[in-house]
Amino acid sequence: MNLLVLIGAPLLTALAVLAARNRQQVRWISLAGSLVQLGLAVALLLAYRHERALQQTAQMLFEQQYPLFKSFNIGFHIGVDGISVAMILLTSFVVVAGVLVSWNVEKMTKEFYFLLLLLGLGAYGFFISLDLFVLFFFLEISVIPKYLLIGIWGSGKKEYSANKLALMLMGGSALILVGMLGLYFYAGNTFDILALSKSTIPGEIQHILFPLLFVGFGVFTALFPLHTWVPDGHSSAPTAGSMFLAGISMKLGGYGCLRIATYLLPEGAKEYATIIIVLSSIAILYGAFATMMQKDLKYINAYSSVSHVGFSLLGIGMLTQTAITGALMQMVSHGVMTALFFAVIGMIYDRTHTRMVADMGGLMKKLPFISTVFFLVGLCSLGLPGLSGFVAEMTVFVGSWENPDTFHRIATIAAAMSIVVTAVYILRAVGRTVMGPVTNPEHLELKDAAWNEKLAAILLLAGILAIGIAPGWLNDLLQPAAEEIMNRIAGK
Amino acid sequence: MPNAINIALIPLLPFAGFLLSGLFGRKYIRNFAGMLGTALILGSAILALYTAYDYFFVYGKVDGVYQQFVPLKITWLAFTKELSIDMGLVIDPISVMMLVVVTFVSLMVHIYSLGYLKGEERFATYYAYLGLFTFSMLGLVLASNIFQIYIFWELVGVSSFLLIGFYYDKPSAVAASKKAFIVTRFADLGFLIGILILSYFSGTLDFQELIARLTSPESNEAKAAAASTFLGASALTWGAALVFMGGAGKSAMFPLHIWLPDAMEGPTPVSALIHAATMVVAGVYLVARLFPVFALSTPAVLEMIGWVGAVSAIVAAVIACTQTDIKRVLAYSTMSQIGYMMFALGVSKYGGEAGLGYTASMFHLFTHAMFKALLFLGAGAVIHYVHSNEMKDMGGLRKKMPVTHFTFLIACLSIAGVPFLSGFYSKEEILLAAYHSNTAIYYIALVTSGLTAFYMFRLYFNIFWNKPYEAHGGHHGHGEGGLVMMLPLILLAIGAAGAGYIPFGELVSSDGKALESHFDIAFSAAPVLLGLTGIAVAAWMYLKENKKPENMASSLGGIYKAAYHKFYIDELYLFITKKVLFNLVGRTAAWFDRTIVDGLVNLTGNTTVLVAEGIKKFQSGKVQQYAIYFLAGVVLLAAFFVYVWR
Amino acid sequence: MMEPGLYHILTVSIALFFIGVMGFLTRRNLITMLMSLELILNSVNLNFIAFNKYVWPGKMDGLFFTIFIIAIAAAEAAVAIAIIINLYRSNQSIDVTNAEDLKY
Repeated sequence: MNLLVLIGAPLLTALAVLAARNRQQVRWISLAGSLVQLGLAVALLLAYRHERALQQTAQMLFEQQYPLFKSFNIGFHIGVDGISVAMILLTSFVVVAGVLVSWNVEKMTKEFYFLLLLLGLGAYGFFISLDLFVLFFFLEISVIPKYLLIGIWGSGKKEYSANKLALMLMGGSALILVGMLGLYFYAGNTFDILALSKSTIPGEIQHILFPLLFVGFGVFTALFPLHTWVPDGHSSAPTAGSMFLAGISMKLGGYGCLRIATYLLPEGAKEYATIIIVLSSIAILYGAFATMMQKDLKYINAYSSVSHVGFSLLGIGMLTQTAITGALMQMVSHGVMTALFFAVIGMIYDRTHTRMVADMGGLMKKLPFISTVFFLVGLCSLGLPGLSGFVAEMTVFVGSWENPDTFHRIATIAAAMSIVVTAVYILRAVGRTVMGPVTNPEHLELKDAAWNEKLAAILLLAGILAIGIAPGWLNDLLQPAAEEIMNRIAGK
Repeated sequence: MPNAINIALIPLLPFAGFLLSGLFGRKYIRNFAGMLGTALILGSAILALYTAYDYFFVYGKVDGVYQQFVPLKITWLAFTKELSIDMGLVIDPISVMMLVVVTFVSLMVHIYSLGYLKGEERFATYYAYLGLFTFSMLGLVLASNIFQIYIFWELVGVSSFLLIGFYYDKPSAVAASKKAFIVTRFADLGFLIGILILSYFSGTLDFQELIARLTSPESNEAKAAAASTFLGASALTWGAALVFMGGAGKSAMFPLHIWLPDAMEGPTPVSALIHAATMVVAGVYLVARLFPVFALSTPAVLEMIGWVGAVSAIVAAVIACTQTDIKRVLAYSTMSQIGYMMFALGVSKYGGEAGLGYTASMFHLFTHAMFKALLFLGAGAVIHYVHSNEMKDMGGLRKKMPVTHFTFLIACLSIAGVPFLSGFYSKEEILLAAYHSNTAIYYIALVTSGLTAFYMFRLYFNIFWNKPYEAHGGHHGHGEGGLVMMLPLILLAIGAAGAGYIPFGELVSSDGKALESHFDIAFSAAPVLLGLTGIAVAAWMYLKENKKPENMASSLGGIYKAAYHKFYIDELYLFITKKVLFNLVGRTAAWFDRTIVDGLVNLTGNTTVLVAEGIKKFQSGKVQQYAIYFLAGVVLLAAFFVYVWR
Repeated sequence: MMEPGLYHILTVSIALFFIGVMGFLTRRNLITMLMSLELILNSVNLNFIAFNKYVWPGKMDGLFFTIFIIAIAAAEAAVAIAIIINLYRSNQSIDVTNAEDLKY
């Protein structure tokens, strides 16, 4: 399979959207394009599994390489392993759902869809890049549209949030850039990830470069205490924006933390593992407790994202194969789940015109479909077996427990405690919005989900269930890649 | 040999019911959903009975010992090569016994609900939930892997949540469902950590392997687990105790019992199924499943289990004597009876005659499921009739509801331990086991059995005798409820009366070998007499309407009040959650995030702005000012290089 | 007649330089300021020539630099006067305070 189609399809769609003549065309072109992307992602998964079944043991499959700047040894090098395939699949799910829930955007529809597709393009490119330079390029592509999406189509104090988000993410990018250049010069003038992974970088250099890269990508994935763009950004962003932000952008960071910081700088990772674990355990518990007190649905999900993404970072910090697999699963699972969560919150907001928990009640009566989905995604968030969150969290726990010392044990128990707190805040939110008596008589006039919303919700729910009921395929996809990373960390 | 397909169908049939009613119930098969669910569960029940017959009488016994079979095992999620979550089916005496209990009671409840919930708007949803619950419970029972049991454990938790909160527009139901879920979730946290500890040391999640490795003192795994200590106890002890914590939460053991009485907000048939007969005994089942580990490797934890069970039994019995909501009385009674099962396991040993407690516990689980489900369904019929849960609205119903009255009486006699009914046999065995092992627990149990007889007959007399029945407003055109509601009562009554004659010791024992059950008139005299006394006292106080109960209550004063308020345990929990967790921790975290962490971020931004404002002043646009800065700069630099740098 | 030495020339150049600086800093008229600037440049030229003659008489570097500076000064004057004329067109004045708007 030629990976260039993964960049080509969104690019063509975006250009076609620009050429479209009216809103109707824009929407349908976007939907068709995103469905093509979904098809491509699924085809990629199948092709990948097929190749692996044929005992293809290369670390990266479908590799392609074109020189970009010969003199600097920069090349357009792409290829995928299990992690990338999983992330691409996640991206394509979120893109389709994002296009569907934005069906009724009135203001500057064409530009909105264009930016949305551009974001998707950035994510696809990021996940297939094997050259740090190209990867960084795609990372930046996925930051700038976010600024515009929030600034133009947002709500509330959108300018403030857009600024904050863009500045914090740019700050992260700056750190990444410095770290990248450090890698380039200390590892024999190359940006190629595969070449870098074979090189040995002196310990004292890793000591400096690792925090730059990890914190840089950490900003993207809400590393405590650099997570504060998350609540503001999400609460101001339009629905699809929130979905992309939490479902895809935060995963760019997690992917980078693992693939670049940890994989390329194993000594640094070992050295800083303790700090990562402490920070992520804090994020998990503290995020959960902070969620408990939120009154706005979007803030609830934003803070709970901080808590959930903490599991990914915890898994990375634990440095065992199972924990890293769990961390990756959590990224995928959280991506689908949180996208659905924001989608449902958007649907509720479109109808009730409020996101305040206190202003709602008994939505189940008039919005059975939306309420059921809301409830299911809440259950996924609190880690109910059969839904994706459980699988990911348990893998992280089991992997963390493989470290035999007391420190890791206590961190794991602290993280595990969040499953109770999560249950508290999810049930509070669910209990006060969809259950209970109808508090606002106007809510008796509401209409349940339209076809596009139903389709988006069912698509993402299918993703959640596919991971939750039969996690084997995802595990098979991620585990060999995690093993590869562990081999380098263990120095094999 | 067990037939994997037959056994797998037992849980899968209700699951099919869940899917069909859940997906299509609202629109397409609205009224048909009840019949569909019932038909499917009937299939399950028949398969379960067939499996039980096949296992106990055809292939199960090899050389006089009941074997454990695992006819099916599928790897669901492999963490590492050794450690994986498998979805398996395990067939051994306790799982087969539980299959029969769960499917039978579930069938009764399915049938009963056809009448009880007739006309309910979300009828199909209700049956979907019932199907989900039955599936999860059967999956739990059949689990061959400790993580599999955890998975289904959580699923029964959520189906219990759904069913308690079935009347979702009632705030009290929503609150109760949340409470049930969160309290058990808290216990499950312990369970999860316990699993992590046990699996780490044994290197497996499979029950058979895990038990084999942890119980043989020579194995490396057991040695490592015993050697590693934390806070003075071995890791193995911690693991076992934490696993028990999960069981205690689900089985409503003191002090994690607070959710059970509130859970009575759900529809009454649900209480009968989940909160009396099946889900709440999951904790007992879990301890029984891991019994060799508890008994052979961590006797300290087993003793703790005994005491937790005994304390729960007596505390719940005392509280039950003061409650006025009939479902709450039954809820506390359930808790007390589960306490019996728990301490029966706690006083038991592994193998041979000393394993009597194990057999007794399972026996009591079986008989209790019959008579407690009957009690709840009977109470449901009464509530259906008078539209109230309160005792004061009842009385004199024996004429109006003869079938309910008669079956209820059988259940009361059975639970009170009156000879020749099922409760008598199982309770005697428990008392006998306790007597031989732990005298203190034996006396607690004895007192509890007297109290049990008292509160059950307090309930009985208050409902069916006491004052003549008068309708409290409202109409009462309907009778007891049609055949669909009476049939389960009658069937369960037969079970409650006759279950005691099953030679349980021969079928279920801690090591699979047959156990002689023997009865001693002399030994039985004390509990039976106590039980009869309890009944007599209850009759004296409640047979006719009189002032004795009030006088008694006021003369007991503080004790009565404390028991009436459930010893203020709810208030304690409320204090911890509302005041400490929400206000102290949650509020602080939220404030800290917005003010300190985000404050720092904003501070960075604001500082940049401030500095920029300051620097901006230098760019005045006055060319000559620039020239002066420039000149001054040149002079300063020159001075620096001339005098300082050299 | 006494041949003027290096110090004489340097004295004149310093005087020119500071006269130029003073004029540049104090005058408000842009033309005058431009003239002051030319004074400063010429003082520099003087320095170059003097040092070339007295310190490294065999070399031509100082002369080249001077010619460079004269050429650039001519170009600069042309540009500056063009700006000044434009400023006059828009403001009807060549006062330097009017040019403050240029910072925006």
